[in-house]
Amino acid sequence: MTHSNKSSEQHSQPVISVRGLVNRFGANVVHENLDLTLNQGEILGVVGGSGTGKSVLLRSIVGLKRPNDGTIEVLGTRLNDLSEEQRSQVERRFGVLFQRGALFSSLNLQENIALPLIEHAKLGREEAEYLARLKLSLVGLSPNTALQFPESLSGGMVKRAALARALALDPDILFLDEPTAGLDPIGAAAFDELLVTLRDALGFSVFLVTHDLDTLYAACDRVAVLSQKRVLVTDTLARVASYDDEWIQDYFQGPRGRAAQHAHQN
Amino acid sequence: MPDEWLTVEGANISFQGKWTLDNFHALKSVLSQQGELSSKKKISLNGIERLDTAGAALIIEFIGIERAKQVPEWASELPKEQQALLVRIAEAMEVPLDIPPCTRHSITDALANIGQKMSDLWSQQRQLLAFIGLVLATLIPLLLRPHRWRFTATIAHIQQSGLNAVPIVALLTFMVGAVVAFLGATVLEDFGATIYTIDLVAFSFLREFGVLLAAILLAGRTASAFTAQLGAMKSNEEIDALQAQGLDPIELLVLPRVIAMLVSLPLLAFVGMLSGLLGGAVVASLSLDISLTQFMTTLQKDMSVTHFLVGLSKAPVFAFVIAVIGCLEGFKVSGSAQSVGAHTTSSVVQSIFMVILIDALAALFFMEMGW
Ligand SMILES: Nc1ncnc2c1ncn2[C@@H]1O[C@H](COP(=O)(O)OP(=O)(O)OP(=O)(O)O)[C@@H](O)[C@H]1O
Ligand SMILES: [Mg+2]
Repeated sequence: MTHSNKSSEQHSQPVISVRGLVNRFGANVVHENLDLTLNQGEILGVVGGSGTGKSVLLRSIVGLKRPNDGTIEVLGTRLNDLSEEQRSQVERRFGVLFQRGALFSSLNLQENIALPLIEHAKLGREEAEYLARLKLSLVGLSPNTALQFPESLSGGMVKRAALARALALDPDILFLDEPTAGLDPIGAAAFDELLVTLRDALGFSVFLVTHDLDTLYAACDRVAVLSQKRVLVTDTLARVASYDDEWIQDYFQGPRGRAAQHAHQN
Repeated sequence: MPDEWLTVEGANISFQGKWTLDNFHALKSVLSQQGELSSKKKISLNGIERLDTAGAALIIEFIGIERAKQVPEWASELPKEQQALLVRIAEAMEVPLDIPPCTRHSITDALANIGQKMSDLWSQQRQLLAFIGLVLATLIPLLLRPHRWRFTATIAHIQQSGLNAVPIVALLTFMVGAVVAFLGATVLEDFGATIYTIDLVAFSFLREFGVLLAAILLAGRTASAFTAQLGAMKSNEEIDALQAQGLDPIELLVLPRVIAMLVSLPLLAFVGMLSGLLGGAVVASLSLDISLTQFMTTLQKDMSVTHFLVGLSKAPVFAFVIAVIGCLEGFKVSGSAQSVGAHTTSSVVQSIFMVILIDALAALFFMEMGW
């Protein structure tokens, strides 16, 4: 059983290592010489202003966008060098929650989650759908929603269902793009708790893009700040919060930052 | 071998090994061999090496939710993390996960389906009429207010649905023109009347084929494009956004498309007529020894301009119907990708059907009028 222990992070080996990443859209340079490491079993919070390229970074790591330069190693291999077959083997160990949910609109909720279980884990339809309903219940959706189609869901429900789909295969690396945006505060707190419980039990690593300060305090082991086209600093929350940079100071010492910190200390 | 995961010794049951998704089938069959678990048995989870949500779900199903929630009390040797996982999943399983299976495939369902389809068909026609009314009611007052005409959008649509379709319309009608000429020549040769091939080609293209082929092509090409464009906007809530800003989607989205079609289709029909005639003329001169000059003179002598006008008069009607059906189906799209596909198909089928239906009615009408 692999499970992370917060004090032994420095000994664990990286599951993702990004070196010298460059991403451009035409003349718009999004990343320049970006380095990032995600260690085994840790929850890494990725923060940054709107449009600083968090989603693009996530897409490059999971191989949806070919970087213009630099190397990205995931689970010890470079995705872009692999053959289709090998790549699919690596990709089934990912769970991805996209910023807009990206549920399959022509499948109902339980089919959305059962799909990877049927295709990759080779379960029968009924077993897969049973597990799918379990995952729905786990993320706080009633099994009665299992037969609904994504179009009939509220924004927060879409987020929860997308999380359930990301968790379907109990992945080794979980990529979450703003999972708590659009959740009610109770749901967001339950999400933080669920994430930590699952991480402790299953030992996966989490790349967590978020604007939610409470999530940073409650769930993240380390925080990476994206700014000026690169990762400005990656460290424990306390050390990042005291880093000498204007944006970071505004972020953590602003009214919301202080409120979240205060709430967490109590 | 079953005792890889489970061993039973008297009243003791101990779980061991990897209780993970990869072994799901094997684990499930091991558990089903055990049958009901009596509450007197003593359970030990110490041997578990790996546990994930699927494995935990199987264990909880077997030992019962109540017992699983008390895991910290009776299985304190298990690592804390795994205890927490079992408890968390047991909590998630407290809500009944079974949903009533949907019953289908009975005869009454089939009958109900037929009834549903019929009433859908009826309401579809009513919706179409209502939408035509809405479009006209928006269009007519707007004609008097030129400052609100959307020139840019209209011109862009004319380019996409009209100008860009010229090559394909010309090619298609050219080939059909050639085929008609061949057919005519084969049949008329027996009567020694090959010269009437010219009349056949001219008659059919001026009155029918020029406009009909162009309309069918646009029904496939443009109605589907309109439906997909508006459908994507609809599912992205763009149309709702327009409405919420007090803007009229009919005026902004539908009218430019309708007007663009009203301009494009007559022009394309004209292109179709010309290139159909050209196809006929080429076949006539190459294989029937009818020279181009002869073709032109016969055309001038035998064909009155009425035929051309009869043909062209149908073009605006077709254009309006195609554009309106394309847009209406776009508005009917709901959120899913499947619905975009279904409505695009429906819009092409409906608009081709309507074009041919109207053409048949028009042919009857013009015949009775002797035009
Ligand atoms: N497909 C694309 N084509 C062109 N530019 C893009 C594309 N995707 C992203 N960008 C640009 O890349 C930059 C970073 O976008 P990204 O979506 O990663 O932001 P973000 O950090 O996730 O912001 P947010 O917190 O608002 O989600 C933006 O300037 C955006 O305009
Ligand atoms: Mg983003």
